[in-house]
Amino acid sequence: MPVSPGDTAWLLLSSAMVMLMTPGLALFYGGMVRRKNLLSTIMMSFVALGLVGVLWVLYGYSLSFGTDNGGFIGGLNFIGLMGVGQEPSAVYATTVPHLAFMIFQAMFAIITVALITGAVVERIKFSSLLVFSALWLTVVYCPVAHWVWGDGGWLLNLGALDFAGGTVVHINAGVSALALVLLLGRRRGFPGQAMEPSNIPLVVLGAGLLWFGWFGFNAGSALTAGGLASSAFVATNISAAMAACTWMVISWLHRRPTVLGTVTGAVVGLVAITPAAGFVEPLAAIPIGGIAAIISYYGMLLLKMKLGMDDSLDVFACHGLGGIWGALATGIFATVTVNAGGADGLLLGNGTQLLKQLVGVVSVGGFAFVATWVLGKLVDVTIGLRVGETEEMVGLDISQHGERAYGGLLR
Amino acid sequence: MKKIEAIIREERLDAVKKALEENSYFGMTVSEVSGRGKQKGIPLQWRAGEYRVDLLPKLKIELVVLDEDVSVAVDAIIRNSRTGEIGDGKIFILPVESVVRVRTGDRDEGAI
Repeated sequence: MPVSPGDTAWLLLSSAMVMLMTPGLALFYGGMVRRKNLLSTIMMSFVALGLVGVLWVLYGYSLSFGTDNGGFIGGLNFIGLMGVGQEPSAVYATTVPHLAFMIFQAMFAIITVALITGAVVERIKFSSLLVFSALWLTVVYCPVAHWVWGDGGWLLNLGALDFAGGTVVHINAGVSALALVLLLGRRRGFPGQAMEPSNIPLVVLGAGLLWFGWFGFNAGSALTAGGLASSAFVATNISAAMAACTWMVISWLHRRPTVLGTVTGAVVGLVAITPAAGFVEPLAAIPIGGIAAIISYYGMLLLKMKLGMDDSLDVFACHGLGGIWGALATGIFATVTVNAGGADGLLLGNGTQLLKQLVGVVSVGGFAFVATWVLGKLVDVTIGLRVGETEEMVGLDISQHGERAYGGLLR
Repeated sequence: MKKIEAIIREERLDAVKKALEENSYFGMTVSEVSGRGKQKGIPLQWRAGEYRVDLLPKLKIELVVLDEDVSVAVDAIIRNSRTGEIGDGKIFILPVESVVRVRTGDRDEGAI
């Protein structure tokens, strides 16, 4: 197929927008931790742009999108971007240069690795995080991306739908975060000691950048510039808006309408619409976003406040639960009138689609949990996952990076 | 000479400052402090649920006055910072050995 200038422009711009989500996530996470860990938290996300940006072109893209091996993993034929050039791929995004599709996918791998870090901030050793991230990209992300999106991937062949990464990105990151929390344990002083967010305006700025970038994430996943991208774009905005309103109201019923809660709601709405964006009518995003906020809010209350589990920035509650709901909601609300390449869902009488979605959720969630636990354990027994007590008390900014977020007494 | 250290509610600063000024006590040092007393803290909200903050933001006003002026200044502070609710703060009065004005080298009473 010839290269389409319109599609190419949209996909390159979308790639840049998804890139911006990772620094956005860095601020979103950074503002929620204590001041002594602000920089280290930002760094944990930002460094994924570096680490994964290199590993992806060396072998990550190939393991995800190379020639299929039994539905489970891509081959080595694209290693070092071999054969990935200005001509379109034969099977992926066939109207844009293969390089454009590759770099679009790179941004997804980057932010997925960064998402996990929210669960382990304020106590994980930076060097160990780097080793874990490289292992996780290789052993968990690449295979799962292949299952869901790779040509010949077993979940793709099964007919499980994931428009923009509800399974690959959000369930994957959310469940992995949970496994890592179980290995790493709580922050010193949690629960009981107040751990105040250092800068909620940074969280809002980060959420804004995430929302903006998410248009590239979801509408870009149409891989063409046209009606489907527009439909996904609108659904994305509706879901974020609805979830933000819902979360605001729930926190208001509790006490006050919090800023932190409202922007969290928006992000959870974006998570939930991700797998569905290009398979459902835009207005289906109203129940999808609204219900996502309710599930995530009460999930967070249960996990953190009742069970005392220190998933510090609620990665499982936001991305795991939001992603699972989004994947199932896709099986409920999907319709081929929006996307002929999709399927009808439960509401149109096709209950089997919901079952297929469930298979995706359980297989990806199960694999991510077990594999992450094994990788995390491996890192823990070799180089140790956690910083020492003094380093944790002093804060990771100084102990891990030799810097602090705000300067000294003299201005 | 005595130093008055008054811990007050943040929202009472303007009134206290004005009252002191009206009684000709212009000089003071104000700092943001955190502390706790009988008030025990307040609940703040996380994304879901809440947590308790037990060190609350207050302001500390420090001023040095002549011995005979202490009661006037302290009364002015109390009148303008008391709400009657828990958390109104505390006032400490300390003896001061010496005062030096950096610009002129003036000492003690002449430096206040």
